[in-house]
Amino acid sequence: MSNLEDLYREVILDHYRSPRNRGELSTPPAIRVEGFNPLCGDEVVVYLMIDDDTLTDIKLTGHGCSISQSSSSLMSAAVKGKPLNQVRDIITKFKQLMTVHESSLETTSEPEVLDARAVGELAALQGVVKFPVRIKCATLAWNTLSQALDEESA
Amino acid sequence: MSRHYERRHANVHRGVYQTANESTHDYENARDAIARFIKAPAGAKEIVFTKNATESFNLLAKSWGAANLKAGDVVLISEMEHHANIVPWFQLREALGIEVRFIPVGDDFRLDLSSIDDLMKGVKLVSITAMSNVLGTVNPLKELAEMAHRHGALIAVDAAQSVGHSRTDVTELDVDFFVFSAHKMLGPTGLGIFWTREEILADMPPFLGGGGMIADVSTTGYVPAKGPTRFEAGTPPIAEAAGLGAAVLYLEGLGMDNVRDHEKLLTDDALTRLEEEFDGRIQVIGPTTTLERGGVISLDVKGVHAHDVAQVLDQYGVCVRPGHHCAKPLMKRFNLSATARASYGPYSLTSDTDVLLEALSDAVKLFG
Repeated sequence: MSNLEDLYREVILDHYRSPRNRGELSTPPAIRVEGFNPLCGDEVVVYLMIDDDTLTDIKLTGHGCSISQSSSSLMSAAVKGKPLNQVRDIITKFKQLMTVHESSLETTSEPEVLDARAVGELAALQGVVKFPVRIKCATLAWNTLSQALDEESA
Repeated sequence: MSRHYERRHANVHRGVYQTANESTHDYENARDAIARFIKAPAGAKEIVFTKNATESFNLLAKSWGAANLKAGDVVLISEMEHHANIVPWFQLREALGIEVRFIPVGDDFRLDLSSIDDLMKGVKLVSITAMSNVLGTVNPLKELAEMAHRHGALIAVDAAQSVGHSRTDVTELDVDFFVFSAHKMLGPTGLGIFWTREEILADMPPFLGGGGMIADVSTTGYVPAKGPTRFEAGTPPIAEAAGLGAAVLYLEGLGMDNVRDHEKLLTDDALTRLEEEFDGRIQVIGPTTTLERGGVISLDVKGVHAHDVAQVLDQYGVCVRPGHHCAKPLMKRFNLSATARASYGPYSLTSDTDVLLEALSDAVKLFG
């Protein structure tokens, strides 16, 4: 059985207890996109300020479990102030991190580890893949951010 | 069920060979057992097998409801209903223009019947849960049935939570429809039950069409069968029915009053200890005494989300359901997004509560 320590790393608990970039931005000029997980009731609202192809500010509200809320906090810290192409790159890397490889489910070995430097603190969420039902908690904010960027560029 | 699959596994009501006869026997035997278990006045011919309690509600809404309700008629449900007893009525509202009205739930986690006379105006059907799957609240069915009939309405009961945990007598309750599922009474999944009085069933139009539900089919049309088989199109859940028959025998052996007493004792002990040991950190979302209350205990651990509670409890081998329990209107009523729900059954022991409380302390500690 996977250990709870893999899931609830200190970084995650810290972001859950003291979420970063919590709050709202006025719309417009900011964009607001909501994300829901209808099965568990988790909710994330993402506010974005985009200026000159750069994500100048991001705020989040919502409620849910420690994984969904800490993941959104970690996400906001990772993407804030970054050029949009870099933001998209971070989203792609994070989604790779959350991909369950069949080989890693069959064996007890660690899932394929991405270069921790590439994702920084986000690597703390890697333990989530050992708890497949919780992956959707971790990806909620990211999918919402993705959707917001798609809507903005459409 | 194993015996059925190993030795029988033939379809029902068709073959003339031995195993087919035995299959039919298993299947019809379960119908008899359920009729006896809930005290159906006219016996097995009032029992319809469906896929689950949800399908039973759809049968009620789409067969009886569509034939007997018209625009402006009111179906009265409550804020503590499972989505299975909400969505089919909203669908009927879309189709026919009926009104769906809700009995509110009070701060004491019980139905607020203070304005019931106003709420009853224009009501043709009251459809209500016997016991909330979130709160554990047991509703006053007899009183509600009497009130519904006084206003010329019929009453349907969602008994999914109650039927495996306390004695049931549909005749004494004087209700009109009774809906439940096999898997919540120690039986298998994939099987639901629908009961109504013989004379109501006789007038209900068929629901799903196909084999098994007909008396005759020609190139010009079909004549539906009479009795419960009219609502059982296609190969039914035969092995599941055999399993349900065995579950009924087991529960009858225990005695439903004993089951209720056992669960009451465990629930009472758990409620007391939760209050004593957690000093308000954990709130029970439901009545805090076992009076008119069953053995499901929904917990709100302050500062810890239900999914995280459930994840920690899983490490202790304690399975609790986290989430909205398919009762979103009720969760909204109490400003909750999720609770973690522990449930007691005839097989539960006080030592299970010991583990539950230990695991809860650990969850509280982990999240600080």
